Amino acid sequence: MIEVRDLTKHFGTTHAVKGISFDVARGEVLGFLGPNGAGKSTTMRMITGYIPPTAGSARIAGIDLAENSLEVRRRIGYLPESAPLYGDMEVVDFLRFIGTVRGIPQSELGPRMKRMIERCGLEKVVGRAIHHLSKGYRQRVGIAQAMIHDPDLLILDEPTSGLDPNQIVEIRELIKELGREKTVILSTHILPEVSATCGRVIIINEGTIVGSGTPQELSAGSDGKAVVHASIRAGSEKVIAEKLLLEDFIEEARWEGTTQEGLHRFSITATDADRAGEMLFAVIVKHGWTLGEMRTESVSLEDVFRKLTRGEAA
Amino acid sequence: MRNIFAVMRKEFRGYFDSPVAYIYITFFTVLSTWLFMRSFFLVSQATMRGYFGILPWLLLFFIPAVTMRLWAEEKKLGTIELLMTLPLKDVEVVLGKFFASFLFLAVTLVLSLALPIMVSMLGEPDLGSIAGGYLGAILLGGAYLAIGLFVSSLTENQIIAFIIGVTITFLLFVIGEEFVVYNAPDAIVPMLKFLGMGAHFDSIGRGVVDSRDVIYYLSLIGFFLFLNVRSVESRKWK
Repeated sequence: MIEVRDLTKHFGTTHAVKGISFDVARGEVLGFLGPNGAGKSTTMRMITGYIPPTAGSARIAGIDLAENSLEVRRRIGYLPESAPLYGDMEVVDFLRFIGTVRGIPQSELGPRMKRMIERCGLEKVVGRAIHHLSKGYRQRVGIAQAMIHDPDLLILDEPTSGLDPNQIVEIRELIKELGREKTVILSTHILPEVSATCGRVIIINEGTIVGSGTPQELSAGSDGKAVVHASIRAGSEKVIAEKLLLEDFIEEARWEGTTQEGLHRFSITATDADRAGEMLFAVIVKHGWTLGEMRTESVSLEDVFRKLTRGEAA
Repeated sequence: MRNIFAVMRKEFRGYFDSPVAYIYITFFTVLSTWLFMRSFFLVSQATMRGYFGILPWLLLFFIPAVTMRLWAEEKKLGTIELLMTLPLKDVEVVLGKFFASFLFLAVTLVLSLALPIMVSMLGEPDLGSIAGGYLGAILLGGAYLAIGLFVSSLTENQIIAFIIGVTITFLLFVIGEEFVVYNAPDAIVPMLKFLGMGAHFDSIGRGVVDSRDVIYYLSLIGFFLFLNVRSVESRKWK
């Protein structure tokens, strides 16, 4: 559906996007994740034909943007960052304008608008001027205008920013539902959003792609390590640590204190993320220790994100 | 065609969605009528010449005020991103905006038709020169609009768009005036006289519609609309 090759954008001496390449398959929901100012919006603006790239190319549904941006724009539904809408217009008039320009025949326009209004829950505000609406409603009007021509590809720049938790859930549900039949690209700097809605994630930092994969792949940890927290009852903490470090799969065993019940709490870094808990349990059994508690901490998406976007070696 | 009309409709309604349009129209109508009536009874001639004498100067301020928001506001509010990612050709957007402002000007001029009606009830004015005056006003106004619209596309600040619009329009209007031409080298005097908007307006206003004057205004409008398309285009994929 989308092929992006070496897309680059310089603003004067600022290199906002430094050669990004990626593909998006039909029916995929792709999340752009990155801190503010990472180049997410700039990339989206290039794909939607709003600004030209300094170098690189993009094809959408097989059409080169540089050759026929008009045809590409016809196939995309776009919600720009912070949903800039014509504030003086009433919701219906605004949707009618977008629908007309999007080439929806006059006879179909009415039913189509009605469907969008229902789908985005705008029934209560149809006759109101857009600048009188709350942020949540404005965002929904923005999504309605992006979908009104039933595009194959939806590009949503921070669709949930500024919404309250209930609205966020609603919008996420809507995106998930859309993702069943359409290709969606959305950007966000909110991590749970990605795991909640996206099939695949691209992490962007300082204009380059620093990581990509499914949310599960990413949170499984980029280095395959896991941290196991275990409370063990046995002689002294020093003996336990020594014996633990004899095992190949254990890299580090840090003593974190002893509980009132005499359990020594350890934080153990193990190499085999999938089987670390299992193997540690076997070791404990082997030495005849008593296990008070054991918990494997999988590396969360948040850790991966922080690691990748802080420039630490991944 | 449908797209131009859709943009025009949006922009034209945009004027009347806020009170600005009513303020403009009231202000313009009251001021022009008052300035005309002030001398009308003193001259005691059934003529509209005085009206068409002041009209270019009023439009000089009125029109940049009408066009200043058309692009600058879109840039300021970020709606330009929405507009330019719609499947619209740049020229369709430019023409849509131009025709919307043109229609606005036409509405304003129609409201001033009370004056010629009054004049013809009081005496027997030269209807040919009144018709010519209105045709001239429409053409001159169209040229002002094209200039103002172009200037608006260069900035996101409406005040700057207004001031630069007034300045360029003023320069193009007076460039052919005797006062300016007086010190210019003889070789370029005819050119300056031809380029100035004022002389063409006066000659149409006499009721003599010369195709050269009409073509002059139409090409001026075309030129600035072309510049406008180019200035909008510069942000697009080539």
